[in-house]
Amino acid sequence: MINDASVLKQPTYYEEVERKGYSRRDFMKFVSMITAFMGLEKSAIGQVAKALETKPRIPVIWLHFQECTCCSESFIRSSHPIVADILLDKISLDYTETLMAASGTQAEEALKNTMTKYKGQYILCVEGSVPLAADGVYCMIGGKTSIQILEEAAEGAAAIIAWGSCASNGCVQSAKPNPTKATPIHKLVSGKPVIKVPGCPPIGEVMAGVIVHYLAFGKIPELDRLGRPKAFYSKRVHDSCYRRPFYDAGLFVETFDDENAKKGYCLYKVGCKGPSTYNACGVMKWNNGTSYPIQSGHPCIGCSEENYWDNGRMYERASAFPGFGIEANADTLGKIALGATAVAIAGHAIATNIGKHTTIHNLEEEGKESEHELNV
Amino acid sequence: MSKKLHIQKLRRVYVWELPVRMYHWLNVLVLIALVVTGFYMSNPLAILSKKEAVNSYTMGWFRYIHFAAAYLFFFNFLFRLYWGFTGNKYANWKQFIPISRRFLKEMWIVFKIDILMMKGKNGKSEHLSVGHNAMAGFIYFLTFIVFLIQCLTGFGLYAPMASWWFPKLFAWVPAVFGGDILTRVIHHWAMWFFILFAIVHVYLVFYHDYIEGRGEISSMGGGWKFIEDDVFEKNKHTTPNPESAK
Ligand code: HEM
Ligand code: HEM
Ligand code: SF4
Ligand code: SF4
Repeated sequence: MINDASVLKQPTYYEEVERKGYSRRDFMKFVSMITAFMGLEKSAIGQVAKALETKPRIPVIWLHFQECTCCSESFIRSSHPIVADILLDKISLDYTETLMAASGTQAEEALKNTMTKYKGQYILCVEGSVPLAADGVYCMIGGKTSIQILEEAAEGAAAIIAWGSCASNGCVQSAKPNPTKATPIHKLVSGKPVIKVPGCPPIGEVMAGVIVHYLAFGKIPELDRLGRPKAFYSKRVHDSCYRRPFYDAGLFVETFDDENAKKGYCLYKVGCKGPSTYNACGVMKWNNGTSYPIQSGHPCIGCSEENYWDNGRMYERASAFPGFGIEANADTLGKIALGATAVAIAGHAIATNIGKHTTIHNLEEEGKESEHELNV
Repeated sequence: MSKKLHIQKLRRVYVWELPVRMYHWLNVLVLIALVVTGFYMSNPLAILSKKEAVNSYTMGWFRYIHFAAAYLFFFNFLFRLYWGFTGNKYANWKQFIPISRRFLKEMWIVFKIDILMMKGKNGKSEHLSVGHNAMAGFIYFLTFIVFLIQCLTGFGLYAPMASWWFPKLFAWVPAVFGGDILTRVIHHWAMWFFILFAIVHVYLVFYHDYIEGRGEISSMGGGWKFIEDDVFEKNKHTTPNPESAK
């Protein structure tokens, strides 16, 4: 599909890189960095470089629905300038509400053009969830509901990338009671590969890695069971966390201002969701590899996991118990049930002694009789 | 008083074979280990230590014990399922699943006698079951389902840390629940079932011992129960299939 004639008219990525004034060295640095991030072996560097040199740009449509744009923000702040300059800014985006210059009819025109001209070839990136309640009126662009826009755009897409937790699993908008019925993308489209790139936001390099993988190899990266690229989401934050030795030793921060916090102990007891969160934060870190939340003393909130808003509180480990209000956790309810059981057992024991008095009495008498009859 | 007294003749019946007893007590030990370590892992104690982190491994050991006990628990459970097909009639799988009308009827009777405290027809219906009664069997069936849930969620959580292929077979479980967070929460809730079950169960074992006088408590030790001669005769002659006592 990438070799289709209409696409071939487009310049290659490398041509754009040169035009933008980057040196060959910059380009190769970018290629080796992104290849390493994708988890590929060294020999793949050449392959990726070659692909970017020879393959024409793939048109990208980037839709924004119910979201906060943190995914776009994260992407354009990706550590290597080529990511923002070439992948996003210059080369790919035929339509993206937040970054394109066009607006109004002009913009909608551009969208329609790309969709018809590159039918079956473009990548559809979706940022944000789609509200289905009230016929979708909660998010409308150019007079169309987001579900209409999504369905039209998905029709001719080669692949769909669901950016961020909103598009991958609904994120905060879908938290209970989910008034707009915010729905993630994979539940709305069928018959197209959907790559989920969860996170609030996902790490910029991860986003770039996913795109480059598609560009370089012409197919989507290997996905896990939940549809996330394995290269970035197969390890828990906990598995690559530098505070892990404190976890194993059983040394924990108890409150944010205690001595243990100063010593950099594990944040498990102040709610760290690292042990249940699949993401690359511990390895790639954020803001050009400067730090990541745990390194800054804040527990992981599990932002890349489904329903992280509803599954328990941020600063506690306690297991939530849905349906019993936010204050209830499994252990509180367990203790209540324990008390109720104790009362029930006591009640039953008393009732037994009263209600089955005769039976008990007979057994006792029978036993006593045998005792009397025995001489030794 | 002694005029009306009916002195029972008791017959010894081998109800719980050695494998069932071994299963039972291994299960008790392992469950205690799992609950204790499970509580610790979900809310570890505040340890103040001057030692360097490299020199201690507290959480590590708790997790290690949890996983070791989990394997024992799982294989013990599998063994019990197997024994449900090869063991004696009181261990048979049919004792647990309410498929026949007779089973449901017996559950209803147990409910009337043991919970509503109603009197049996001849005043001694509490003496009728030989193995466990239908209600107990059904509760064990539910317990086995929770065993299964615990194994599925537990091994599902364990899968990404495992190098052996076996736990990896369970990797699909967290995917069903959308991730580890909910899987872990379910695993945690299910623990409370065991705690409540164990308390009620031990109470009922004592209750039956008290009310029936047939050596219920010790039956899980030696395997013997002692049933009244008339119950024995009745079951022997009237029930073609004495596995369900009533
Ligand atoms: C953690 C604690 C315990 C658990 C999870 C547990 C579990 C079970 C299970 C699953 C069975 C069904 C056995 C089968 O047919 O395979 C059973 C039966 C039995 N258990 Fe326990 N048990 C516990 C503690 C005890 C204790 C402390 C005693 C007491 C002395 C006891 C005495 C018995 C007896 C006598 C039976 C057979 C009676 C019947 O089926 O009603 N159990 N137990
Ligand atoms: C049947 C009785 C079991 C009980 C009562 C039990 C209880 C618990 C509890 C309370 C937790 C802590 C959850 C939390 O953080 O809130 C836990 C964690 C865990 N359990 Fe179990 N569990 C049982 C069986 C199993 C089995 C069969 C496995 C299989 C391998 C297993 C594997 C795990 C794993 C992997 C964790 C997470 C530990 C971590 O990430 O540090 N459990 N369990
Ligand atoms: S801080 Fe969080 S991710 Fe790091 S070791 Fe502790 S629990 Fe795991
Ligand atoms: S550390 Fe956790 S909450 Fe923070 S960005 Fe990474 S996955 Fe999200």
